[in-house]
Amino acid sequence: MTAAAHNGPQGLDDDLVPPLNALQAMAESSRCLYCYDPACVNACPTGIDIPGFIHRINDGNVVGAAKTILSANIMGGTCARVCPTEILCEQACVRNAGEQRPVSIGRLQRFATDALMARGGGHPFARAPGSGKRVAVVGAGPSGLACAHRLSMLGHAVNIFEAKAKPGGLNEYGLAAYKMTGDFAQREVAFILGIGGIDIHYGKRLGDDLQLGALSGDYDAVFLAIGLAAGRPLGVEGSDLAGVMEALSFIEALRQGRAPAVAGRVVVIGGGNTAVDAAIQSHCLGAEDVVMAYRRGIAQMGATTWEQQLARISGVAIKPWLAPKRILGSGGKVTGVVFERTRLVDGRLQGTGTDVELSADLVLSAVGQELREGELAGIPVTEGRIGIDADYQTARPGVFAGGDCVKSGLDLTVQAVEDGKRAALAIDRFIRKGVSHGRSA
Amino acid sequence: MADLRSRIAGISSPNPFWLASAPPTDKAYNVVRAFQAGWGGVVWKTLGEDPPVINVSSRYGALLDGNRELLGFNNIELITDRPLALNLQEITQVKKDWPDRALVVSLMARMEESAWVGLVKRIEETGADGLELNLGCPHGMCERGMGSAIGQVPEMVEQVTRWVRASTRMPLIVKLTPNVTNILWPAEAARRGGADAVSLINTVNSIASVDLDLMAPTPTVDGKGTHGGYCGPAVKPIALNMVAEIGRNHVTADLPISGIGGIGSWRDAAEFLALGAANVQVCTAAMVHGFRIVGPMIDGLSQWMDDKGYGRIDDFAGAALGNVVDWNSLNMNFSTKAVIDPDLCIDCGRCHIVCEDTSHQAIRIEANGGKRVFRVVDEDCVGCNLCSHVCPVPQCITMRPEANGKPYMNWTQDPRNPLRAAQG
Repeated sequence: MTAAAHNGPQGLDDDLVPPLNALQAMAESSRCLYCYDPACVNACPTGIDIPGFIHRINDGNVVGAAKTILSANIMGGTCARVCPTEILCEQACVRNAGEQRPVSIGRLQRFATDALMARGGGHPFARAPGSGKRVAVVGAGPSGLACAHRLSMLGHAVNIFEAKAKPGGLNEYGLAAYKMTGDFAQREVAFILGIGGIDIHYGKRLGDDLQLGALSGDYDAVFLAIGLAAGRPLGVEGSDLAGVMEALSFIEALRQGRAPAVAGRVVVIGGGNTAVDAAIQSHCLGAEDVVMAYRRGIAQMGATTWEQQLARISGVAIKPWLAPKRILGSGGKVTGVVFERTRLVDGRLQGTGTDVELSADLVLSAVGQELREGELAGIPVTEGRIGIDADYQTARPGVFAGGDCVKSGLDLTVQAVEDGKRAALAIDRFIRKGVSHGRSA
Repeated sequence: MADLRSRIAGISSPNPFWLASAPPTDKAYNVVRAFQAGWGGVVWKTLGEDPPVINVSSRYGALLDGNRELLGFNNIELITDRPLALNLQEITQVKKDWPDRALVVSLMARMEESAWVGLVKRIEETGADGLELNLGCPHGMCERGMGSAIGQVPEMVEQVTRWVRASTRMPLIVKLTPNVTNILWPAEAARRGGADAVSLINTVNSIASVDLDLMAPTPTVDGKGTHGGYCGPAVKPIALNMVAEIGRNHVTADLPISGIGGIGSWRDAAEFLALGAANVQVCTAAMVHGFRIVGPMIDGLSQWMDDKGYGRIDDFAGAALGNVVDWNSLNMNFSTKAVIDPDLCIDCGRCHIVCEDTSHQAIRIEANGGKRVFRVVDEDCVGCNLCSHVCPVPQCITMRPEANGKPYMNWTQDPRNPLRAAQG
């Protein structure tokens, strides 16, 4: 779907891109040219056989389509909803040549995975015979769950330790509600756990309730999928005023049914997709004016063009070249933000010395997330992420890591899922050392 | 504006597009609507002796592609199920109201002279322009000794044609069934019997599909099905071949042909005319889109003729027939190679995978930055055309004849032919 054809979400629970009906799926699937070894597959971090699943939809084999997707990406349902397909598979679709309209791969993927989940009737994948090996996974987000699922398929027993009260990670706590309507995150987790062999222990935070050293001793391997749990501080005066909060905390609250009261003017600081999610949702919650302020230019924004267009259509004003300088308050409550105009000089961002003041009743900070290094018991960190080798193994043998806490590719759900899948295969090789395995991706 | 007027067996029509004898021509209401839409002629749905037949419920089957576009169609309907007198009365009125259009009446009867002659005499009184003998219906009627039960036996084709020929001076078209080993046998029989023209093809015996829940063929009548007559785009190649076979057979070369089979566009029609058909008959396309499709057929054909400088249909009628030859007359020294235009290529890879898996491994993938480049290896390319057919982009893969300087040499002249000496 193009932003031009979209009016933006009309409410928090308005499905941003509605599901295709059977007639639409037939018409759209018939547009796929069934390319050979195509660019769309290469553009997918999880390497889903896209022509293969679309061909199956058109064949009336929707279960086969879903299994094709899920065998490469067990979170195909979430990725169908939240992947920036406009910079991944759909950007690579050969239908862009000639028609300037790619096959709607994301929506077809949702059609297939939703149909499989709605059908029920047991988990589509079987477990290999039990290996007798146990693996600890820290974090029940996309990467942890994908890893656990693949490990279970390979015959291992998995214990997941999750700091929060619910599984799903950012799927549950950090994505816009309009992308994950109908409690999809929880339904998908239940579907994944349907394979069996996976136990999740909630309220277990690494470093507090859980020590890496002990885990390493108790399990045959450990997979760290702890994400980037700390919000990067704004680092300006006034950040502690009432009415200043992290965008992710804001999204978490509304996703958990505790939507903050929003009125008046909202300033979102940041230029990524989280900033867009927060900005649009504050509009849905009743803000009169929503401004997204970003310290660099439109071209440097992390939010994709489609997300930017969606924000504008939803009534969000995007103001680039504004770096936060000071948050203003009165009586302990935020009243505005002072920005300094910026510009690029020889590729370096510089302040111009000119200030701009935006009044605000709520300021949401979406300037990025950081690793909680203290939890890692000394495992080396490189440029803010856990260091790993090509097998997702950290400097400590038997301890693997993936997802947002490592730098393996784009910071996307689909990359986290791929990390989990690949790490599971590497862990399988690691713990079967000396055992004939021969499995590969 | 090209002159589209057409004439076959002495019957004139303002254009060569007729509706074939079939459900769309079952009664005056439809036929009048067809004439209003611009059809040049109509063959009225087959008349038979009273009492009229009774049709079953559920009559049509279809072969659809992945987007429900119709590729083929079949039916198990019988001939007209209305009283003979009512049909004759309507035919009389319609012909009176539409004197410039061709109105031919299809008929079918038992293998008895009196039955045929009786029908012919009554049809003569309507003022209709001609007769078409239905010797082709391959379902239902054939079980009663009619339709293809007659059309599959050349001696019977000749006999029925003779009976009718002897009984009337009306123009006489014999409609042939394709459900035969050799179309020339019934065509020659029709000619011997005195036919003014033949029309073909009638439908092909078929089972449209199997309902995998009912475990029964479609169309399904209370859990059972029967073979039906297949038509639509999928049968066009079969029809083109049979039309050409009759046209290039010296015994039947002068027999006018009304071409039928999968015609849905002006281009389809032009192909039949180029193979020597004097006009064309259409059914499935009208049943899929309604009578309005004759509009694009008429102006499409006219525009193409203008573009080509053809003033009348006769200017290109049969123009392709001389180029239909036996395999043994093809030039063994001719060589053509696929050429892929990298600027038009959209990188789908279909040409590569079909050549690699099923043909001659002649299309290599070469990396060129992010985009794949597909290169034809001339030494391995046999010029089979497969890649050009599977390419989704028109004109992206073309076939380029090699200028090898070799003279024409057919298989009978080819030194590699082990039987050449014996033949020579």
